[in-house]
Amino acid sequence: MTLLAVERIKLFTTRSPWWCMVMALVVTVGFAALVAGTSNADDPVTVATTQFGYGFGLVVIMVMAALAVTTEYRFGTIRATFQAVPSRSKALLAKTTVVAVLAGVIGEITAFGSWGIAKLIKGSADLAINSAYEWRVVAGTGLIYALAAVIAVSVGTMIRHSAGAISLVLIYSQLAENLIQIIPNVGPKIHRWLPFNMAQHFLTGRPDAGARGADGPPISEITYSPWVGLLYFGVFALVLLIISLWVVNRRDA
Amino acid sequence: MIEAAGLTKRYGRTVAVDNLSFTVQPGRVTGFLGPNGAGKSTTMRMILGLDRPTGGEAKINGKRYHDLHHPLRTVGALLDAKWVHPNRSARAHLRWMAKSNKLPAARVDEVLELVGLTSVANKRAGAFSLGMSQRLGIAAALLGDPEVLLFDEPVNGLDPEGILWIRKFMQRLATEGRTVLVSSHLLSEMSLTASELIVIGRGKLIAQSSTEEFVSRATENTVKVRSPQLPALRQALTGEGIEVRDDADALVVSGVDSATVGELAAKHGVVLHELSPQRGSLEEAFMQLTGDSVEYHTDITDDHAVAAAAAAELMSQGK
Ligand SMILES: Nc1ncnc2c1ncn2[C@@H]1O[C@H](COP(=O)(O)OP(=O)(O)OP(=O)(O)O)[C@@H](O)[C@H]1O
Ligand SMILES: [Mg+2]
Repeated sequence: MTLLAVERIKLFTTRSPWWCMVMALVVTVGFAALVAGTSNADDPVTVATTQFGYGFGLVVIMVMAALAVTTEYRFGTIRATFQAVPSRSKALLAKTTVVAVLAGVIGEITAFGSWGIAKLIKGSADLAINSAYEWRVVAGTGLIYALAAVIAVSVGTMIRHSAGAISLVLIYSQLAENLIQIIPNVGPKIHRWLPFNMAQHFLTGRPDAGARGADGPPISEITYSPWVGLLYFGVFALVLLIISLWVVNRRDA
Repeated sequence: MIEAAGLTKRYGRTVAVDNLSFTVQPGRVTGFLGPNGAGKSTTMRMILGLDRPTGGEAKINGKRYHDLHHPLRTVGALLDAKWVHPNRSARAHLRWMAKSNKLPAARVDEVLELVGLTSVANKRAGAFSLGMSQRLGIAAALLGDPEVLLFDEPVNGLDPEGILWIRKFMQRLATEGRTVLVSSHLLSEMSLTASELIVIGRGKLIAQSSTEEFVSRATENTVKVRSPQLPALRQALTGEGIEVRDDADALVVSGVDSATVGELAAKHGVVLHELSPQRGSLEEAFMQLTGDSVEYHTDITDDHAVAAAAAAELMSQGK
């Protein structure tokens, strides 16, 4: 508990997490407002399409999470941390927990905020959240943001440099996974099993009949349970976390 | 008390610290002396468990750093004053450190007061001058009221007032019965601050002795003599059991003053062309002692001669 408080103090006594939170909120809610504002009877806003900004929020969250640890390396405070808490695993687990919880909370706020603003703007649209799919696509955001934060913190711990860690995480999640689909034959098959696609599958797999993905997060065509996607993404995050702890315990601070 | 036993650290092919053993006793300031790259910082990082030793171990009060419960309460360290997030306030920086070792929040204000940073406690640390950063680092080290303190080149880049403040501070901490290890690459600075010296060069231990002993050993004179009859002179001197070394076309005589050498030469009818008491440069001698200066390698390798040069320098500075 003490260590969680320590990491909370560290996180909130610098400016970057605040900026990231504001940015995540503005981007996601802003896009939802845009989607709702431009919708019409032929092209109505739905629960899923209010989540259009989800991917942008994800980027901001991962940048924040990676920075939470790379700035410690950048400014040498990681050494002060390990001096105060020689058990590096404990120190980093505390940091990961705090960052992940914050990411989860931001995820829920941005997701429900996006949905809320659409409802405000287009009161006439059917925006009731009642199917399991609709719940996942909105409330699931927090879970994915939290796990993505774990991934970004782990990569940040391994790479140590802000620019390197951020480019790796973003290029992989935003670009590389999709580019793999281009490979003839095997590409799409591999793509199905890639972690961020699995996260996507959790949010938008098994859509309701007639659901559209055009304005929201792309709908997943994988057929097995979306919860497998979450589990898969979670295990991926956990594996990276374990590797990063192993690395950090082995090398010099 | 700090004990290092066979401490070794290799970075690839570089041996930064080589089988280093020493003890640091409480109640006095111990100087950790070595030229740039000698391995002082590396040793300190190993003592603090930040770098993993390739061999050997360091213990604090008989325990490895890792096994200390709430280590900031036992060991305070200032390795680099810049290890602070520039956008975090001094108070916030100390607040998370205090929290991590379950120290009362009031302690933060106490140490800020102690180092005189109360008025800038809420300013971002990135805007601090070097002197202020150094004070913040000292505040952080003192947070847990530790009995063991490590400072890595704490006076580097400070103005004379700052240097004096830190020097007094270290000595006060030692008087309170704490173990204080302070590194420096300046022998002149250390001779004013430390009462005990651990000298290293290229990662190896060169000497551990009290500063006083170091200086008294150093005050032994060396005398340079030139003569067309060097072999006869050498024989005369060694015949009396006096230590003599060759230095190009001259002899360097240690342990006796120039009068003794002159009288002895007269007694044996040796003509002298030069008879001069030697004083070398403190830092230069120190560099040669620690084996870092290849370029100027002369015969001055035994520590008597070096210590002599060191003391001569000290005295010439009127300290
Ligand atoms: N992380 C590292 N990786 C590789 N080599 C290193 C590392 N840290 C130190 N070294 C090398 O180890 C040697 C000792 O360095 P160290 O910083 O401990 O010396 P120092 O006595 O503190 O010097 P200075 O007076 O310049 O601070 C140097 O040759 C240095 O280049
Ligand atoms: Mg150093």
